[in-house]
Amino acid sequence: MNKKEKRSLLRNGAVQSLIASLACILLGLLAGYIVLLLINPAGAGKAITAILKNFMYYPTKIKAMQYFGSTLVKTAPLLLCSLSVLFAYKVGLFNIGAAGQYVAGAGACLYCALALQLPWYFCVLAAIVVGAALAAISGLLKAYCNVNEVISCIMLNWIALYVVNMLLSTVKDASSPYSEALTAKNPGAIIPSMGLSAIFANNKYVTIALPLAVIVAILVWVLLEKTKLGYELKATGLNKQAAKYCGMREKYNIILTMAISGALAGMGASFYYLTGMEQWAVTQTSVPGMGFNGIAAAFLGGLHPIGAIFSSYFIQHITSGGAYVDKSMYCSQISDLISALIIYLCGFVFFFKLWLNRLLDRRDEKRAAQGQKGGEA
Amino acid sequence: MLLLVQYTLIFASVLILVALGGCFSEHSGVINIGLEGIMVMGALGGALMLKFVPATVPAVVMIVLVIAAAVLVGMLYSLLLAVAAINFKADQTLVGTALNLLGTAAAVVIVRAINMAENKDNVSSTITYINSKKAFLVRIGGFEFNWFMLIAAIALVVSYIVLYKTRFGLRLQACGEHPQAADSVGINVYKMRYAGVLISGLLGGLGGIVYITAGVSEWKFENGVAGFGFLALAVMIFGQWKPVNIGIAALLFGLFRALSNVYTGFPALVALKLPSTIYNMLPYIISLVVLAFTSGKSRAPKAEGIPYDKGQR
Repeated sequence: MNKKEKRSLLRNGAVQSLIASLACILLGLLAGYIVLLLINPAGAGKAITAILKNFMYYPTKIKAMQYFGSTLVKTAPLLLCSLSVLFAYKVGLFNIGAAGQYVAGAGACLYCALALQLPWYFCVLAAIVVGAALAAISGLLKAYCNVNEVISCIMLNWIALYVVNMLLSTVKDASSPYSEALTAKNPGAIIPSMGLSAIFANNKYVTIALPLAVIVAILVWVLLEKTKLGYELKATGLNKQAAKYCGMREKYNIILTMAISGALAGMGASFYYLTGMEQWAVTQTSVPGMGFNGIAAAFLGGLHPIGAIFSSYFIQHITSGGAYVDKSMYCSQISDLISALIIYLCGFVFFFKLWLNRLLDRRDEKRAAQGQKGGEA
Repeated sequence: MLLLVQYTLIFASVLILVALGGCFSEHSGVINIGLEGIMVMGALGGALMLKFVPATVPAVVMIVLVIAAAVLVGMLYSLLLAVAAINFKADQTLVGTALNLLGTAAAVVIVRAINMAENKDNVSSTITYINSKKAFLVRIGGFEFNWFMLIAAIALVVSYIVLYKTRFGLRLQACGEHPQAADSVGINVYKMRYAGVLISGLLGGLGGIVYITAGVSEWKFENGVAGFGFLALAVMIFGQWKPVNIGIAALLFGLFRALSNVYTGFPALVALKLPSTIYNMLPYIISLVVLAFTSGKSRAPKAEGIPYDKGQR
């Protein structure tokens, strides 16, 4: 009886995803460790533990709690980016443009906050709308012009970066390449904390963005799994022709999917830039990695919104942890390397599940054959 | 004007090489979104060669060494895609994206490690190669001829011949159109797809080193190759997966890319008083518009992106 339960546990899709994700993490970390060893064997062990420890690097509890809060603040936008990627992926679209929609959202919310002096909820709304609009362009091109969404998204990523740089140059700080500080120009645009920062040793960047991000994750799950719309969208993703034949508006569904996906990424940007933790550098020449890390988090979380909460935290944990490696030997990008490796390894998950199921089948067959033999004897 | 031609040709060379790489890979049935990452790795291989080989060696030796390094690193890196996509039936878009991210991250880590080993305070991710780069340039009057332009032209001709006039090329295309049929007449689909991806690694790596030596004498690897691998994919689609059309498309895109480098030399363009950012955006905008008009009746290889499974009917 006990054995039977064990078997069914391994057969469970969620358990398989969990095992696969853990394997990806372990292999990714191992590869990262090997790279560290190759660069400088002396400090490799210390460096990898520094990445894994992240905020626990600080001995005092207060300091650690504060930096734990900072990691969480950055997890909120990452979670939304990963939701953006996984939502589109569930509908058969690869939204690599989450990075660009994130940029667009950041531009929109900061412009509304600094130039138009709007309160925070309007800024968040602006970020959502602009992110959705940008993604909808990709959706439109995909639906009506058959343009591969990956390529159009990449083009839009760069266009968004340049446009946002231009736009935010108008609200640039006079003495630095950064956009003006929210605290000085428009404190009303900062997302309220409602006492949450007290939990994290008065880390003032901890805001209600954190619980909101988790709520959005749950809403995405409900939308995908429990509503008619989610069902239709997934059906369109599985087979466009079949969906059309069933009377679903497949073109509309593609555009809507991209718009929702973009809205999530745009919202993610507002949840970060409206905490005041970081200002936008208008001289940026590369698209921020948040959207790309979102891809890692989405796949590491087994493409499940709730799984994404944990995987986003993990990815952000090691990304932040990269800041604590010994800078005289290594650079912080080692964490980017590890997350990129994890994405690569996620490509093998499908094969891993296939292999696992085959292994289980064979074991069951053997056991059944043995059972028969035992009966005969 | 001459400068514009020069930049157009060199950027077109990059696009031709990389787009042809994508072309080979896709004709064999594997979508290679990871070209950008392959370019970065190829560029890294070539740049390290430029850095460590003394600038005093004869130009021919330098050219051969740099190209060999770029090509080799590009091919090795593309193996990551080949193994995942062909043997393990992974999602090709996902693996390609991973390769792009991995390429930039790995290049930054490697370059920084090298820079830091040389000088403890040098934490930049930049490699400079002002002197060694001269091996590639030949001055003809005001025009700076780059050997890579010739190489790209040769690659174009060779690709045309290989794809349409050789047994290998036709078999390769069969694997991208209908792998089951190809298999039934004794073509090893897996081998062909490996060949396609490896050729794309070769050309992508080469394109990478051409790109970072075009117009500049140092490269900051944190920037990757700024979406150029994807521009090359747009060129490939615009060129309808055909070498000759790819050549023409590459010239067009190269022109717009070159404008952002040299527009200050044209009084008419300066008089428009557009911010330089507009010119930076131009190639991406143009490619979006062009794709919108040309993707409708796409002639993509039919079986691209679908992992080949012998057992499947």
